Amino acid sequence: MTAGAPHPHDIGVDPAAPLVELPGHSSRGRLERVLRRGEFAVTAELNPPDSSDPEDVYARAHIFEGWVDAINATDGSGAHCHMSSVAICALLTRVGYSPILQISCRDYNRIAIQGNVLGAAALQVGNILCLTGDGVQCGDHPEAKPVFDLDSTALLAVIKRMRDEGRFLSGRKIATPPRVFIGAVENPFAPPRDFRAARLAKKVAAGAQFAQTQYCFDLPLFQRFINQARDLGLDEKCFILAGVGPLASARAALWMRAHVAGVHIPDSVIARLQGARDQKAEGKRICVEMIQQLRETKGVSGVHVMAYRQEQTVSEIVHESGVLKGRAPWRRDFVPKMQAVESLGAG
Amino acid sequence: MDAALTPSAFEPRGKRPPSAQAPRLRLWSARHARGLERVYAAFEKTLLAAAPLLSRIGYARLERPVAFVERHLKGALFDCRMCGDCILSATGMSCPMNCPKALRNGPCGGVRADGGCEVYPDMPCVWVEAYEGSRLMKEGARIALAQPPLDHRLNGSSAWLRLARRRAP
Repeated sequence: MTAGAPHPHDIGVDPAAPLVELPGHSSRGRLERVLRRGEFAVTAELNPPDSSDPEDVYARAHIFEGWVDAINATDGSGAHCHMSSVAICALLTRVGYSPILQISCRDYNRIAIQGNVLGAAALQVGNILCLTGDGVQCGDHPEAKPVFDLDSTALLAVIKRMRDEGRFLSGRKIATPPRVFIGAVENPFAPPRDFRAARLAKKVAAGAQFAQTQYCFDLPLFQRFINQARDLGLDEKCFILAGVGPLASARAALWMRAHVAGVHIPDSVIARLQGARDQKAEGKRICVEMIQQLRETKGVSGVHVMAYRQEQTVSEIVHESGVLKGRAPWRRDFVPKMQAVESLGAG
Repeated sequence: MDAALTPSAFEPRGKRPPSAQAPRLRLWSARHARGLERVYAAFEKTLLAAAPLLSRIGYARLERPVAFVERHLKGALFDCRMCGDCILSATGMSCPMNCPKALRNGPCGGVRADGGCEVYPDMPCVWVEAYEGSRLMKEGARIALAQPPLDHRLNGSSAWLRLARRRAP
């Protein structure tokens, strides 16, 4: 298991208590603290349950505990219906986890979104990730009316304005502005590739403080993107977290490449999986190696692990990659009182 | 997706997204963005010069006939959707309202490896066209400008008259 204790700044008086404010931080969340300390951050994606039982959420979050700095709660990913992101985040903050609320422009207009931002902030959600959202055609309700009132860049600007100017898009004043760390997404692997860094620059100008990317299976292409981003000075203004994930098998990889929008998997990766005796273990190894290479890539501030339906492997992947370098992300059982007890016992 | 159904995201209803089999003029327009940029610059000058005259006739009276001409002319050239807030000159002469997600600030992450749209695989991504178009234009760097949220009340109104009204000295 992970050695050591979480950083003192990441620990509240009790697990679910809000953390003290730190100067120069726009949120009270742990993710921003970890990144601003210059540590290599790890985030993971929680697969939301098709259930109204909170225990289903807690069970899915618990397997990440002590291994990740924040948990993304997806918002109708793949245009499929699941428990809402804002509800999952609210459940997670009750325990003390650091959730990342995802807002997809597909399902809400500007009135609903701004209300959700205030509500989430009131429920101690410290991070918000702005996405366009997959089209309704790929989900379980292709007959739905897509909203797309705002685009993701405009959404970033709206939330930044709510936080920094304390005003809605309409100009109306907000009594207590939301204290949130704002994130964007980018897909360095989709055309027009040479526009991707410039598009991230647009998002950073609009308010993005961190960015999570699509799955990276192609390091040279990613490096090309990150170099373009660095030329634009984006790594100085925005923490870039590279998306990674284990492939379950060559067949799964081929299926993903063909059916999941925006996922790029080079033939060499598929060939490597096909040639392996244990394809699942090989998929995990590819992921671990990718994390290690990304750790050494200048301009990368962390990794975002998306292990869809293999969430139990996240802790092993993070452990085997050694990216935490002995650092211990927050876990529930670690509270100051307990630390005192432990040291007494050791003495 | 059932091909016989009109895609719900694609408005106006009944209009089909273009493809390699059924190309539309708007793909030509993005490829000739530099020439169209020149035409637009000249047109904008004329429009602003004519603003006092337009004002005397009355914008309210002009709205319907001008919107009619604009709808058909820009409809033919760009598949214009009459959003009422035209940003063609900042999007490589590729109308962003043809994006099924109506993205006005750049492509989504779902663009296919061949440059096809995520929602309509046969249709070239509006933003791939926009990026190519912007690289041909003199003022192509305007693609980097952040576009504010669209005012949906302008839908169906003339962007030309709006420009004349707002920018006239």
